[in-house]
Amino acid sequence: MDAGSAHSSSNMTRCPLQEQFLQRRNSRENLDRFIPNRSAMDFDYAHYMLTEGRKGKENPAVSSPSREAYQKLLAETLNMNRTRILAFKNKPPTPIELIPHELASAQPAKPTKPRRYIPQTSERTLDAPDLVDDYYLNLLDWGSSNKLSIALGNTVYLWNASDSSTSELVTIDEENGPVTSVSWAPDGRHIAVGLNNSEVQLWDSSDNRLLRTLRGGHRSRVGSLAWNNHILTTGGMDGQIVNNDVRVRSHIVETYRGHTQEVCGLKWSASGQQLASGGNDNVLHIWDKSMASSNSPTQWLHRLEEHTAAVKALAWCPFQGNLLASGGGGGDRTIKFWNTHTGACLNSLDTGSQVCALLWNKNERELLSSHGFTHNQLTLWKYPSMVKMAELTGHTSRVLFMAQSPDGCTVASAAGDETLRFWNVFGVPEVAKPAPKANPEPFAHLNRIR
Amino acid sequence: MASKTVAKDIITLRGSAAIVCEFFGYAANSILYNRGVYPEESFAKVKKYGLPLLLTQDEGVKSFIANLNAQLSEWLEAGKLQRVVLVIMSKATGEVLERWNFSIETDGEVVEKGVSREKSDKEIMREIQAIMRQIASSITYLPCLDEPCVFDVLAYTDKDVAVPFTWIESDPKLIANPQMVKLHSFDTKIHKVDTLVSYKNDEWDEQ
Repeated sequence: MDAGSAHSSSNMTRCPLQEQFLQRRNSRENLDRFIPNRSAMDFDYAHYMLTEGRKGKENPAVSSPSREAYQKLLAETLNMNRTRILAFKNKPPTPIELIPHELASAQPAKPTKPRRYIPQTSERTLDAPDLVDDYYLNLLDWGSSNKLSIALGNTVYLWNASDSSTSELVTIDEENGPVTSVSWAPDGRHIAVGLNNSEVQLWDSSDNRLLRTLRGGHRSRVGSLAWNNHILTTGGMDGQIVNNDVRVRSHIVETYRGHTQEVCGLKWSASGQQLASGGNDNVLHIWDKSMASSNSPTQWLHRLEEHTAAVKALAWCPFQGNLLASGGGGGDRTIKFWNTHTGACLNSLDTGSQVCALLWNKNERELLSSHGFTHNQLTLWKYPSMVKMAELTGHTSRVLFMAQSPDGCTVASAAGDETLRFWNVFGVPEVAKPAPKANPEPFAHLNRIR
Repeated sequence: MASKTVAKDIITLRGSAAIVCEFFGYAANSILYNRGVYPEESFAKVKKYGLPLLLTQDEGVKSFIANLNAQLSEWLEAGKLQRVVLVIMSKATGEVLERWNFSIETDGEVVEKGVSREKSDKEIMREIQAIMRQIASSITYLPCLDEPCVFDVLAYTDKDVAVPFTWIESDPKLIANPQMVKLHSFDTKIHKVDTLVSYKNDEWDEQ
């Protein structure tokens, strides 16, 4: 059809404008109409679908050797006989990859890193009866020996995450309890237990033995504890923060004064150089070790008063030494990020509910926060964009405490609903990367020659 | 003057075969470039059909296409070539990802009786130009070839063609459940070439 029209047009005289216009239109294809064009159809495929493709599906049972032979013969006489498909024996050269294959495949794989599946439900739920529903306490900790300690009323229980066995560490006398804080020493063996009667007990978890009792540091309950090697820092309801050297007889080596109300958040930075403390007086203090003095109370490095409610949730960033995240209580509801060297507030984000605890992911730039009313959820944030990545729900009351497993992958949360839940929120641990070669600039060693 | 015009518009079987062959050469190069089968650096720019086109500088690919064209033109002149298919396959798995299908209809009368036809070079060139433009723009709708690929060329000939020494019979290398897009066609009045690209259905669209 197309050919016919082209024929007639080429026979025409070519001078008038109109004719030329017509001619050009004819010689082109009219694309707004569907004109079946047999030669352009993929008859190979059509044939395949009509014969081969359906053969197996329709009656697989009837396919016998004789039938197959017949079909083959039929196919040959009908269609296949008409053409012969040929290809060169010598294939074209395969493209040379300028980048080695492993690299080439690794390169695009990097940006499209498969999205980690974040389970939205808890992996395991344990009963935690008599858990004191008090925002200002710290009743859950996960030690480096993979044991979890939780204080339920007057009793401290140990739960071994390796074999899921439970044991009781100690039950405090009624008049001294309840337990107001627990904290594992870095060795994963010793555990500090803060009490309502202002005492702090040190226990050896391997044989459930009371090693010593620290007295005289506080006048009221000890709600927060933080270890820095052999220094145990305790924060009390009296607003005092005390550094106790657990090795020496007169254990009080340093006091920090700055809070006027209960100290509920207490965290040492990973380097052990800075201490962050948050109190019910809505103040966040950064203390620097270099400013410590043994005879007079230490002065703070920064006094940060941006929070408008109690500051309990504190978390030092594992990949940036001077970055601290802090969360405010019910009247504040924000997560704030601080440069602890300069005291600058880097970011503040209203989460919409009380922030009870904060944890950084050790493998990814992510932050997990636990909340109270209204959803009692755990929220996973991308840092620094603070895009919400996941909301983990399950708790029916405010999620007071969170603790991270030693491998950094699992998070335990304890809530006012008297349950302890485990979440696989931080993914699987990465395979240990080979340490980068310690051979930077050629003159790096000159620094040491003085 | 008049004789010159006439000479220009007359097209013989041989001339038509040459045009079709040349077209295959440029089309194959253009596909290999645009689909990224060979690295971009191995191509050089030339002007053809009023378009900037790219030709491979890789000696291996060059000689493959040259050998192919030599054989194709022989078959075209004999009117025995029905179709040429350029197949792009995954290098790793051999899975066929794209089939560039060039169907050829030959005017039997020309082959048998040796008559010639009339069509101006310019018009043919314009038709080819349209196809070349479509090949270049095909990257906008074809799925990304994000793995190393290889290509092969299949020639569909009449059954009575003796298989040349350097050729072997092949399977059609079909794609199961393909997407098809028909491109423009061109016609030398002796050979009519229809272009169609079929490609593996991108599963992403279905979801």
